[in-house]
Amino acid sequence: MVEQKTVTLNMGPQHPSTHGVLRVVIELDGERVVRAEPTVGYLHTGIEKTMESKLYYKALPCTDRMDYLAPMSNNLGYCLAVEKLMDVEIPQKVQWVRVALAELTRIKSHLVWLGTHSIDLGAMSMLLYTFRDRESIVDVYEACGGQRMMTSYIRIGGLAHDLPIDFDKKMRAAVSQVKEGLADYENLLTSNEIFINRTRNVAVISAEEAVAWSLSGPMLRGSGVKHDLRKANPYSGYENFDFDIAFGTNGDAYDRYQLRLEEIRQSIRIIEQALDGMPEGPYRAHVPGVVLPPKEDVLYKMESMIFHFKIITEGFKAPVGSIYQAVESPKGELGFYITGDGTNMPRRIRVRPPSFINLAVLPRLVEGMMFSDVVCAIGSIDIVLGEVDR
Amino acid sequence: MEEQLRGFIKERFGDAIISEDDFRGDQSFFIKPQALIDICQALLDDTELNFKFLADLTAVDWLGHRREKDGRFEVVYNLYSIAHSYRFFLKVRLPAEDPSIATLCDLWPSANWMEREVYDLFGIVFVGHPELTKILTPDELDGHPLRKDFPLTYEQPQFSFNKNDPPEVTH
Repeated sequence: MVEQKTVTLNMGPQHPSTHGVLRVVIELDGERVVRAEPTVGYLHTGIEKTMESKLYYKALPCTDRMDYLAPMSNNLGYCLAVEKLMDVEIPQKVQWVRVALAELTRIKSHLVWLGTHSIDLGAMSMLLYTFRDRESIVDVYEACGGQRMMTSYIRIGGLAHDLPIDFDKKMRAAVSQVKEGLADYENLLTSNEIFINRTRNVAVISAEEAVAWSLSGPMLRGSGVKHDLRKANPYSGYENFDFDIAFGTNGDAYDRYQLRLEEIRQSIRIIEQALDGMPEGPYRAHVPGVVLPPKEDVLYKMESMIFHFKIITEGFKAPVGSIYQAVESPKGELGFYITGDGTNMPRRIRVRPPSFINLAVLPRLVEGMMFSDVVCAIGSIDIVLGEVDR
Repeated sequence: MEEQLRGFIKERFGDAIISEDDFRGDQSFFIKPQALIDICQALLDDTELNFKFLADLTAVDWLGHRREKDGRFEVVYNLYSIAHSYRFFLKVRLPAEDPSIATLCDLWPSANWMEREVYDLFGIVFVGHPELTKILTPDELDGHPLRKDFPLTYEQPQFSFNKNDPPEVTH
């Protein structure tokens, strides 16, 4: 009689296919996974605590640093939450720009996901193509916010400054670049036999389970639940745009791949609508005492300068109460729960991190799977450890 | 939807509701901690309201605020109905001494990690949780960082190698 024994294997935290510093302790029976235990927290920087000790304005750059692959979505979520708390109305042009940039961010995040996920599965060249196309998106970021990653371009009450002159041109260039790239990705992966074998019926989760595990974003829609916050609870004027919710049927890794490609196409649709119908108007709401006045006014108008000084030095006082504002970030439902306590600093800022909550399902996903598929499962969840650990 | 939900909870759990709040369109109910499981179970079972999605679970520390008199910690349950696209909040106040509340792990598997995070950062104990251990902070770190009395900058975290040394003051 041969004694049956399981082997415990440690994967990470420094492992290229864990997309950061994720550690997974895996118990193996031969090549089958008996149990997997993700260990997170290696990148915990206390971002929530940091944000709670700053004025509402000064907490904004912290949001970029959570999901650093989708900084604009995080900016948008935080700004919408503070605007809801302070009851600020946003000019239409700002809403349009925000939608366009948030969708561009979705494409950017999905491109990085596509490149790294394909590398995990052995398609080495994909990363080169996706990063080639991502470059044109980062150019738009640079033109808008002056930085290529941590832009902090979307601000409370509006934008950091007015749109660059060549915004429209740069956006259209980025979109057409991505459109061309999409054809390449499809050629390389969609009917690639190796890719299909590695992803079909891997990391499957049913619709009921996906809801019970509080999954959101592509993880939820991949299982066939047609839920998208942009349609369900429209924010920032999404109700004015015409687009479809992409969803899968089998809830496996291949469905989630196709769904993300479809989301890129839908994002392109939204961006084109936003660019075509871009309204004219101010780039910041006029709410003295809460929203910073435009810099041009600060230099020439006394009242603007006084308000600017007051907001920068002592901020604004938020009412006592709690609000929650969620946006559909590339990874899923990104929510900000902000509690004001009557002072100029938030009592509590809770970030509902889609990556963290989606990652919790990993032990369930990989149970009984082959060891080599664990990498595929981690990849198809699409996590960013900066957001998981915050 | 707002009225329907209020009617449902008032009718079946009228004596468990302490107060109601509607701030900027976010509906919330303050409930007694003992009734939490029953209310969640009823909401989960009710096919018409369809609150099957536990979107989030977090806590707030009211230390030093006038609201502290109702209980220092506020645990917030963020429930969402995908069928109705409707969100509301259940809130529970817990005392400063030994805050503890029943776990929701039996109703939603996703509550596992969310509760571990709240336990780690606030020190709120979830009774009946299968594996209530730290999740984000290092094992050697004492204390719960998101509590308002946890120092922000003046003290290095006390790890095992310097546990007995006096705190390093850097201001």
